[in-house]
This record gives sequence, C-alpha cells and structure tokens, in this order.
Amino acid sequence: MIVASLFVDALRFIPDHAALLLDKALETVKLAFTALGISLLIALPLGLWLGHRHRGLTLSLGVSSLGRALPSIALIGVFIAWLGVGFWNVTVALVVLGIPPILTNSYAAVDGADRDAVEAARGVGLTELQILTRVELPLGLPLVLAGIRIAAVFVIATATIAGIAGGGGLGEIMDNPVTYNESGVLAAAFCVAAIALLTALVLGLAQRAASRRMAPRA
Amino acid sequence: MSALGLADGGGPVIPDFGQGSACLRHNHWFCKSWVAQHWSDILQPALVQHIYLTVIAVGVGFGLSFGLALIAFRFRFLGPPLGAATDFLYTLPSIALFILLVPVTGLTVTTIEIPLVAYTLFVLYPNILAGLRGVPPEVLESARGMGLTRAQIFWRVELPLAVPAILAGLRVATVATISIATVAAIVIYYGLGGPVFDAIGQPDIFRTELLAAGGLAILLALTADALLALLQRALTPWSRLR
Repeated sequence: MIVASLFVDALRFIPDHAALLLDKALETVKLAFTALGISLLIALPLGLWLGHRHRGLTLSLGVSSLGRALPSIALIGVFIAWLGVGFWNVTVALVVLGIPPILTNSYAAVDGADRDAVEAARGVGLTELQILTRVELPLGLPLVLAGIRIAAVFVIATATIAGIAGGGGLGEIMDNPVTYNESGVLAAAFCVAAIALLTALVLGLAQRAASRRMAPRA
Repeated sequence: MSALGLADGGGPVIPDFGQGSACLRHNHWFCKSWVAQHWSDILQPALVQHIYLTVIAVGVGFGLSFGLALIAFRFRFLGPPLGAATDFLYTLPSIALFILLVPVTGLTVTTIEIPLVAYTLFVLYPNILAGLRGVPPEVLESARGMGLTRAQIFWRVELPLAVPAILAGLRVATVATISIATVAAIVIYYGLGGPVFDAIGQPDIFRTELLAAGGLAILLALTADALLALLQRALTPWSRLR
C-alpha cells in the first residue's frame, strides 16, 4: 500500500515540521490576504457604483472573461520577469487575478437588485449613496460574497504558485521535493487545501447568513 | 527527479544564452527566431496536448454535469446537496489537488484530468440545471395542452430552451479549463504549462518562452470562446428572429 504510506508520511510530516509549515503557511496567507484586500478595495467600490448606475456592462463582462482566460502561472511569471521577485511584485500580479470575480459579481448584484425596491427608496427620499448601501447592497450581498469567495480561493491557490517562481510560502516546499521529500510536498499541499477550505467555509457561512436575512418573508 | 516528479526540467533543453542570438542573450521579451526555431519541437506539441487536455476535460465534465443535472431536475430535493458538492470541489486549490492525486493515480494524464473535470462541474452543473428549470410554466402548460408526453416535452421543449444557458456555461468552463490546465504542468510536463514552467524555472526567467507559451494559452482560450459563441448562434436560430 504505497499510496496509503505516502499519505501517512505526509500527515506525520505536519507535526514533525510544524514550525516550518506554519512559517511558510503564514507567508502564503499574508501574501494572499494582502492581495485580496487590495483587490477588494479596487473592485468592490467600482463594481457597486457601476452596477448602481447600470453602466459599464461591457467593462464588467470584458474584465471577467479576460480574467478567466489569463493563465495565472504565466501572469505571475511575467510580473516577476518584469519587476523581479518580491512581496509587492507578486502581490500586484495576484491583485490583477483577484479583481475580475469581485468586480463582476458586485456589478451583477447591484445591477440586478429589485428595481421596484430601488424606486420606492428613491421615492422615500433616500440619497443615491443611501440607496446603494441600504437597499441595493443588502439585497445583493449573497452574490457579492460569492464573488469574494471565488476570488479568495483563486488568490490563495495562485499565491502558492508564486512560491514556485521564487515568491516564498508553501509553494517553495512544493517545488523542493529534494529538500523536503514527497511527504513534505504532500503536507504543503494539504496545508494549502486547508487554508482555502477554511476561508471558503467562513465566507460561505457569511453568504448563507446574508441570503437567509434577505429571503422574502411570507 | 523525485518520486513525485514535480516538473523540474523534464522538458526540452533551454538555449544556451552565451551562444544564442543577441536577442536571446539579452533575454528580450519576444525573440521571433527562437519561436520560429522551436515552434515544431516545443510549442506546437504543447499546444496540441493542451487542446487534447481541454477537450477531454470539458467533454467528460459535460457528460457528468448533464447526468447530475438530470438527476437533480427529476428529483428536486437532490439539487442543493449536489450543488454543494460541486461547489466544494471548486474550493480545493488546483495546485494542491494536482499534487495530492499523484500518489493515487501516478504521473499520468489522468492525474491532470481529474481536477480539470472537477472544476468544470462547478460551472456546468448549475448552468444546465438553471437552464432546464428556467422554462416558463406557460410554455410547459401549452406543451402539455398539445398532448406531448413527458419525454417529448423534455426533448422538444425543455432541452432546446435550455441551450443558451448550457452553452453559456460551456463557454465559461472551456476558457477556465484552458487557463487552469497550464498549472497542471507542475505534475508532469504536458500541455502549454510545460514551457511556461520551464521558462519560470530558469534562474533569470526565460521571457520569450514564457510569453510564447502563455500567449498561445490565451489565444487558444479566446478562439475556443469565439467558436462556442458561433455554435450558440447556430443552435438557437429562434433567438435571432425576435
């Protein structure tokens, strides 16, 4: 049972090298979440505002299809070849990859908010900003959170790849079977999966809470 | 090479920068001569392999998704759990999934195809199901009124009306698969990811090879998207009549 023993070795590697894995995992997490934060700061306000004005459909669709077509690993490589290895250089590449799902989903969420509800809010005398934050955003929150979840998983996965191109983090272990053995490579893969699953779980729970709050009441 | 055989120079030899052309020695972004010289031994085989990977992944993924969507369409209560399952698969980072499968399926194309198929389910299954469920009740009512059987309603009404949603999903899944498949080269030297990883593995990233292979992946994605858009037009002639 070679397969089973490889996995057992990988699981043993985790407690034996806990400090190393934690260190590298923190590097990956720091990289991924910095990039995700910047993507959010750029894409969320832009998507929400464009959706509110019902403008920029082509931009939103174009960005999303371009984002899907870009091979993440090649993009990281281009940024590193261009700017050199470094925390912020890799972060810029990850931001580029994190923006499309957030932009597209926040645009669609606000653009698709119930027009009657928006008209009613306008009739009651809410300002445009109030309409966006108190009516459209709460209505579209599940979709916005779904976009953030997709972006988060994507950025975490790609932050790992960055390690292969010299960006540090768990990818460094994955790319070094000679130093860390197969068990180390597998253990690092487990860690990446765990980080992504945990992040998705938290955002998924938030998404559920948001959609339950917004469910039409009988 | 380790037992896991993570991509480390399984590929072709990189030109010697010392003796290459001036363009190569200065590692410019795009050296035409290198591309012309290595089109037939590096780039073209990688492109063909990439198309092969994509066609199999999307084909198998489409078949599976269609089956799952039919089950969820027939037994409504199965919809949410199946949706959650396809969602879960997408949450596993591609790079981790590729590596975790190596001890199970070895250094084979199967190891690459399993994650690629899994990712297509995330897009295809909800789209097919939404397409089938999105048929307006009035339309179904009149089909029933005309005396069509359940099977006839499915084949002549529900399925044709679901085609736009299904093809929209197919376009997204195909483009995403072409992009994710480049990561697969971390496991074995296969597809356009091979030359990409090769280029990145160089001490000073080999720019021409990186751009040529990465650019081919983008071109392939855009071409596939355009072809599927044409197919969508051809399959739904009624949508142009309105």
